[in-house]
Amino acid sequence: MKHLWLIPMLLLAASAQASEAVVQAQITQYKQQGSGAADPTRGMAKWNEQHMQAKIGKMVSCSSCHGNDLTQAGEHLRTGKRIDPMAPSVNPDRLSDPAKIEKWFGRNCEWTLGRDCTAQEKADFLAFIQSK
Amino acid sequence: MKPRLKINRFWGMVLLAGCITLSMGTLAWSDSDDWGKSGNKYASEDGKADEGSWGRTTGVAVVTNKQYRNECSACHFAYQPGFLPERSWVKIMGSLDDHFGENAKLDEPTRASIENYLRGHAGDVLPNRFSRSFVRSIDADAAPLRISQTAFFHRKHREIPARMVKDNLKVRSFSNCAACHGGADQGSFDEHSVRIPDFGSWED
Repeated sequence: MKHLWLIPMLLLAASAQASEAVVQAQITQYKQQGSGAADPTRGMAKWNEQHMQAKIGKMVSCSSCHGNDLTQAGEHLRTGKRIDPMAPSVNPDRLSDPAKIEKWFGRNCEWTLGRDCTAQEKADFLAFIQSK
Repeated sequence: MKPRLKINRFWGMVLLAGCITLSMGTLAWSDSDDWGKSGNKYASEDGKADEGSWGRTTGVAVVTNKQYRNECSACHFAYQPGFLPERSWVKIMGSLDDHFGENAKLDEPTRASIENYLRGHAGDVLPNRFSRSFVRSIDADAAPLRISQTAFFHRKHREIPARMVKDNLKVRSFSNCAACHGGADQGSFDEHSVRIPDFGSWED
């Protein structure tokens, strides 16, 4: 009974590993597409980089909707709908599904940066999110 | 003679008060939006509106499609397909790369499958009284992309001041159904269960 606290810790560890494997596989794939090593610091800088969003006439970044603290929920800029935290440490669902990762890169890179993300940018973003 | 007159006047007043109360009661009753209240009657589990029962209602068939719910409600309320006619859904699903200014593109099998669901449950396809109110308020040659652009929606919300919706940080927009309609996800839009954040209930 004394070691009951281990259960949630183990569950957390297991879930962190689930996203870990997916992220590693993605990063390997990006390398095949020509990216270098994944760098979480560069990922963070990109995360906060401001870009002009022509359709709404505002400067936006990833944090416009997801926030700066990835362990906290974000809020959709337009609809106000809650966006669950991105950090796999608090939201085990994150980075656990490659198809979902690619779908949202596809949508959000275009909206935020005005173009598709490069393989390098994707690798950096994943490393950054995974580190949270 | 005098006390007698006083008593008569007293009972006269009581009678008058009674009449006024009763007539006010009927007024409120007939003014209520959902007499013959069916609430969730149309929001049956299998998503099919109960055919043949056309009582007045403020309920719409619930969203039953998991794919639609997953893909679309990541960003916004999963609007019940019954709120727009089939032609609107076709237009929306054909322009996902510019979805109200945002990129909401899907892979083709998913897109086609969701479009199929929306078309099959559109307001002019399933028989539901509440849905028909929306569809009928749209010009035959128009295919609005927003439910809030339909005349019926406008009629139902026009008395609500901007400070309660647009300028209310907890609501922001009429597109945020569930902010005020607590039963929205269950397809229930009964006026009496409306709670506007920071303003409370709304009755007109």
